[in-house]
Amino acid sequence: MAKYLLLKHYRGGKAPVNDVPMDKWTPEEIDAHMTYMQEFADRLSGSGEFVDGQALAPEGVWVRYDGEGRPPVTDGPFAETKDLIAGWMVIDVDSYERAIELAGELSAAPGSGGRPLGEWLEVRPFLTAAPAVTE
Amino acid sequence: MDELLLRELIPAVIGVLVRRGADFASAEDAVQEALVSALATWPDDQPHDPKGWLVTAAWRKFLDQARATESRRARELTVDREPPPGDVPAVDDTLRLYFLCAHPSLTDASAVALTLRAVGGLTTRQIAEAYLVPETTMAQRISRAKRRLAETPLDQPGDPAAVLRVLYLVFNEGYSGQVDLAAEAIRLTRQLASATDEPEAAGLLALMLLHHARRASRTTANGRLVPLAEQDRSRWDVGLIAEGVEILQAALARDRLGEYQAQAAIAALHADARHAKETDWVQIVEWYDELVRITESPVARLNRAVAVGEADGAHAGLAALAEVDPSLPRHTAVAAYLHEKAGDTGLAADLYVESARAATNAAERDHLTRQAARLRRG
Repeated sequence: MAKYLLLKHYRGGKAPVNDVPMDKWTPEEIDAHMTYMQEFADRLSGSGEFVDGQALAPEGVWVRYDGEGRPPVTDGPFAETKDLIAGWMVIDVDSYERAIELAGELSAAPGSGGRPLGEWLEVRPFLTAAPAVTE
Repeated sequence: MDELLLRELIPAVIGVLVRRGADFASAEDAVQEALVSALATWPDDQPHDPKGWLVTAAWRKFLDQARATESRRARELTVDREPPPGDVPAVDDTLRLYFLCAHPSLTDASAVALTLRAVGGLTTRQIAEAYLVPETTMAQRISRAKRRLAETPLDQPGDPAAVLRVLYLVFNEGYSGQVDLAAEAIRLTRQLASATDEPEAAGLLALMLLHHARRASRTTANGRLVPLAEQDRSRWDVGLIAEGVEILQAALARDRLGEYQAQAAIAALHADARHAKETDWVQIVEWYDELVRITESPVARLNRAVAVGEADGAHAGLAALAEVDPSLPRHTAVAAYLHEKAGDTGLAADLYVESARAATNAAERDHLTRQAARLRRG
């Protein structure tokens, strides 16, 4: 088994096929989208492939250390141009092909007009623990 | 009673329930429930006959479950089904469970999870923690696996190679969490090796013991990977090595060589060397030749190239590497190592950087990055 991160972006990725922002959808379309996401997660739980799913608020700041005894420096909120992560799902699957298949399904969540959103998802493998036998 | 002794009883208890007429999936569920109760109550109130207690508790849970099920078939089953006379040895039950849990219709992950639960007697929560997934996900993985096996009778002959592969996967998963999977794999393989006369089972046990013997020296306290040549060999566990070598020799004497015996032989040759420079690389290359012949595995060819590099020099190693598929994981890392050995440190540093990017685990990535940094400083 291998774990993969499916990363959703608010912006920074390529434009989705069905490129209408969510605030222009009808409430029913938003509900349908949320229901699809929940059912997708439930289905993965049922198939023994779900690890985690979280959404992130769009607002955030950059923080860094600024020397001994000084408060950390903050910078933000993010400028409009920045890449912005919206949330993720972590899956634990048998193969890379399965990870791609599931990302494709997740990207098909309905958007405006009930048509598949076709948003771009970033798929990243987790690094694993080191195996005991290597030679 | 410690938890390990309790867990050793699990396969036999499942076997009793199945022989009393329970289907495997329900029996396994009932025994898991009994196990969870036992873990909760035994520390304060330990029964005189632990196995009897588990059988009684599990059978009661099975009957409760069967009564709750509406199906007529289930109701008929619960009508005074007496256990058949005569006692079937527990060792047969255990062996059958190994085969069933490694059934070819299951995915690796399902086979691993089911083996750990039904043969290993681990709880779903422990397995979930070991594999870093939520308990509900692991529970679903296990129940799907059992549904897939619904039509498979427990008493069918199975494939020993599939069982060994599953145990090897458990061993090689590494250590993460509260359950020591390597130790558990050794326990299960030891039990298997004593229940069958398959020399490869002994070979796999020897392989695990010989690698486990080096565990303390394989990483530093802060998780840094220590390559074999740099390991503090005084920290190798001589007891485990002696046991592994003895088991391997008995297996080899039976003259039915297989991949695990060949891998164990390589590990034993490493264990024989008091210092890295005393390693008998010529013999190790010969064992890799055997391993390649048996498995035709590209990974074996890759590791053989390293051994050739040690036995016959870096250029011979690079020549051997040239015959290995370059898309293989760790190919670039091996190339980096051999080029460094051949004196081409610039190229080696570049290759270490490239291989670090392709590494699939963090410890290895950090190790390869450190190699690149070392060469670039030098």
